[in-house]
Parts: sequence; structure tokens; C-alpha cells
Amino acid sequence: MKDKMTPKSRRKARPLAIYPLIMTLVTYLPIFVVAVYSFNESKLSSIWGGFSLKWYEELFYDDAIFEALLNSVFLASASSIIAAIIATSAALSIEKARLPLKGAVEKLSLMPLIIPEIILGMVLLAFFTLLGLPFGMLTLLIAHTTFCVPYIYNQVKARLSVMDKFAIEAARDLGASRMQAFFTVTLPMLAPAIVSGMFLSFAMSFDDVIISVFVTGVRVNTLPIIVYTSLKTGVTPKINALCTLMLAVTVLCYIIAGAIKGKKNTSAALKE
Amino acid sequence: MSKKRKISSSLGLLPMYLFTLVFVLGPLIFMIALSFFEQDGWSYRAVFTLDNYKNALTGTYLEILFSSLRLAVISTAAVIILGYPFGLCTAFLPKRMQKFIMTTQMIPYWVNSLLRLYGWIIIFRANGLLDKLLMWLGITEEPLRLLYTYPAVVVGMIYVLIPFMFASVYQVAERLDTSLIEAARDLGASPIRAFLSVTLPLTLPGLKTGIIHTFIPSMGLFFIADILGGNKIVLTGSLINDLLNKAHDQPQAAALASVMMVLTAAICILLLRRAKYER
Repeated sequence: MKDKMTPKSRRKARPLAIYPLIMTLVTYLPIFVVAVYSFNESKLSSIWGGFSLKWYEELFYDDAIFEALLNSVFLASASSIIAAIIATSAALSIEKARLPLKGAVEKLSLMPLIIPEIILGMVLLAFFTLLGLPFGMLTLLIAHTTFCVPYIYNQVKARLSVMDKFAIEAARDLGASRMQAFFTVTLPMLAPAIVSGMFLSFAMSFDDVIISVFVTGVRVNTLPIIVYTSLKTGVTPKINALCTLMLAVTVLCYIIAGAIKGKKNTSAALKE
Repeated sequence: MSKKRKISSSLGLLPMYLFTLVFVLGPLIFMIALSFFEQDGWSYRAVFTLDNYKNALTGTYLEILFSSLRLAVISTAAVIILGYPFGLCTAFLPKRMQKFIMTTQMIPYWVNSLLRLYGWIIIFRANGLLDKLLMWLGITEEPLRLLYTYPAVVVGMIYVLIPFMFASVYQVAERLDTSLIEAARDLGASPIRAFLSVTLPLTLPGLKTGIIHTFIPSMGLFFIADILGGNKIVLTGSLINDLLNKAHDQPQAAALASVMMVLTAAICILLLRRAKYER
């Protein structure tokens, strides 16, 4: 990537960095506090009872939290995969499709992005009750898919609008079948958009409290629901430990991804 | 183009088309219908009434609506003031720094947002970390007891919403042609003048998207007020929640939700209009 900085403007950039760095520090302040308190021997966050790993040990044996974590992972993966299929196939065919009021329906499908979550949660709750659907994983899955679709659709649509359409035509002219052209040209070109849309919707689903609280059943808990209920009662040492672990895993993933990318770049540079 | 191609395209759109009709349009229409129904014990009857709207637009419910609106406006204003320069400054940093800030802004997304708020509880609690720090520095003599106050809720709102503003502004500012600013400066514009007549208008689309991504969720984030505000600050969101889960009054909740949706949409449209005229 090209750097538009000249040495002169680089020197000027230094004081500019102060504000973003302060903001970054503030972003991490409460996370840091939670991480530190996960090692707190005392159950109360107002007292520092000394360093201890006991909450990590208890977390390890807590089946309810583990089940909620699995539920959340399943829900976030399933809804982003379903949404990716629905959204990608729609983005690819919207121009040529012939369905009544397709423009209006397209705008409507983006609505979940611009409705406050609480309203989306409430309308879905009322609607699922009307349909008599059993509240639980199925209702969670439908609800999460409604807000995952627009994230992925927007990304894929944006990518399609800048994509080189001649590449597909060229592949067809060279004798590729429609299927071959799709899998060897279109899909690889769209992949970054689909993946980034899926990441975004995974993160949104994984962290969603409001909609989940409304549409879940009595027995199915997701991680954010467990965190919400335990925050209301005020005692969370085990959950502090869990989130510290999640943060550690995330940071690790980013470092590994960065390292792989770095290696790829250097090997590509070597080839050149 | 062949006819077969058109049919297969229609088939490709069909899943989203049907999904949207059934699970987006259906529920929204049902909510509007529900808001005109009559509550009857624990359930509702399909009898037309305007009572739900009368309740929603008078007395306590109206006051709660105004206080929600006030919190949303205050939070959005604060997010603009803090988040716009954040995104803008970042876009002018060297590429490596930009990448660092972007990554560090994305990582917290994977940590539960409620738990990040819990960190603020530990900080704000009476005799908590902030009070101890301020008293140790000699800035205050007594603990401030910030937890369960309005400012604590606003900090929580800002904290959760700022990444949206940052991302929207940064995306636009990063593509900004810096030579335009340099040209303005070379032609004798003061830094402030250059900002007002070049940088601001060119980053306005990002700011607008940021405002929408901040204002809309801020109307509904009732759990922040729940956790950081105790039970003192009641918002329309928590009211809808209580009506549904405690009173089982779906028609009243639907009427409140409809009012809130119309209000949010109206304010967003107004904001967009404004921004268009200013250009």
C-alpha cells in the first residue's frame, strides 16, 4: 500500500497521534479493569483480596456458562452462514430478477439496520407468539438472521458495483460454463466482501443482548444473556475470567493472522 | 438475455425476498395492527382502539419518551465531539499507526459489550477506582459516587457508541485528498478556515452516517441505563421491556414502539435534509 506521507508531514503527524492514542487507552481501560479483577481472590469487586486463579478453575467446571458459550457460537455461525447464502445470492441476482416490487423489498430487507434493536426484538416477539413458534434456538436463529442479512448484502453489493464484469465475460468466452465461471471467477472476487460481512454479522450476533432477551425461550441461554442476568445480580467473577480468556484468544488470533499475512507479503515480495 | 436466465435470477433473489416479506414486513405490519388492539387481561382482543396511543402520548409515558430522547441527543452530541476528531486524526497518521488504531478498535468487539460496561461499574462505584484516584490526587475530598447517576449513563452510552462514529468518519477521511487541504493552506487559508471549507465538507458524509449509526441505537440501548443508572433512569426501551415481560401488555408496547420508530425515522430524515442543504 502506498503511503501518502512525506517526511515533512510525517513529523507533523506526531502530535496528531496523541488524541487517537488517548482514545485507544480509554477504550481498553474498563476491559483492563475487568481482566485485573478476574484474578481477584475476593468475590466482591470493591475489595482486592489478593491474586488468585480460582475463578478460572470454577469457570472450567461451570456447565451453564459452557453451554451458553456453545449456544452463542452455534447461533452466530449458523445465522451468519444462512445470511451469507441468502444475501449473496440476492445481491448477485437482484438486477436481473423479475419479482414484483423488488426495489421496495430490497429497501425493506435493510430495515433491521435502521430500527432500534428493542423495536426489532419486540416486533419479532409479538410475531413469533402470533405464529405459535416455540421460543428457543429456532426463534433466535430467525431473529439473528434478519439483522445479519443486511450487513452481508451491503458488503457484497458494494463489492459487485466495483467489480470488473469483463473478467466473468472473458471466462465465459474462453469456454467456461456458467458454473465454472461462477466458482472460479465471481466467487473468489466476492470472497473478501462475503467474509468481512460474515465477520461483522458474527460479531453482532455474538454480542447481541436486546433481541436475544426478547426471542429466547426459558431454557436456551446465550452468553450475553447470562452476562446480563448476572450483572443485574451483581456478582460476576467467573464471567470476568471468561471474558479475559475471550480477549486473550482474540488478540492471539489477530497476532497469528497478522503474522501469516506478513509472511505472505514477504514471500510475495521475494518472488517479485 | 435468455428467458431462462431471468427465471434463475428470480430464483436467486427469492430466498431474501420471501424472508424479508415474512420476517421483516410481516412483524412490522403486525406491530402496527397490534398497537390499535385492546388489552384484555393477559392477552389482547382485535378490537380497534386509540387508547394505546393516547397513553403513549400523555402523562408519564410521554415524559419517559422525552427523557429517552434527551439522553439520545446528549449522547449523540458527545459522540460527535469525541468521535469525529478521533476518526479524522487517525486518517492523517502514517499507515502503520492507522492499522494499529483500527485493529485495537476492533478487538473489543469480541469482548462482551456488557462486560466492558461492568468495567465502568468498578471504576465509578462509590469509593471505587476513580474516587480513590481523585482523592489520592487531592482533587476531591469526598467520594463522587458517580455510579447510578446520569453522567455515568452518558459515559456508558458514549463508550458503546463511539466505535460507530470512529469507523464512519475514518472511512471517509482516509480517502480524503490531502493535497486539497495543503492547497487551501498555500492559498492563505488559516488552519480553521481550511478545516471549515475543505476538510469538514469533504468528511460530512462520514459524519452523517456516524450520526445515524449513533442516534438510532442510542434510542434503544436501555440496558446501559439499567446497569449504570440503577433504577433511577427509566427509558422508553426499558418501559417496552417491562410492558412485554411483566405486564404482558403487547398492544401498549406496540404503540410505544411505533411512536419511537416514527420519531427516530423523522429525526434521521431531518438530519439528512439539513446536511444536504448546508452543502
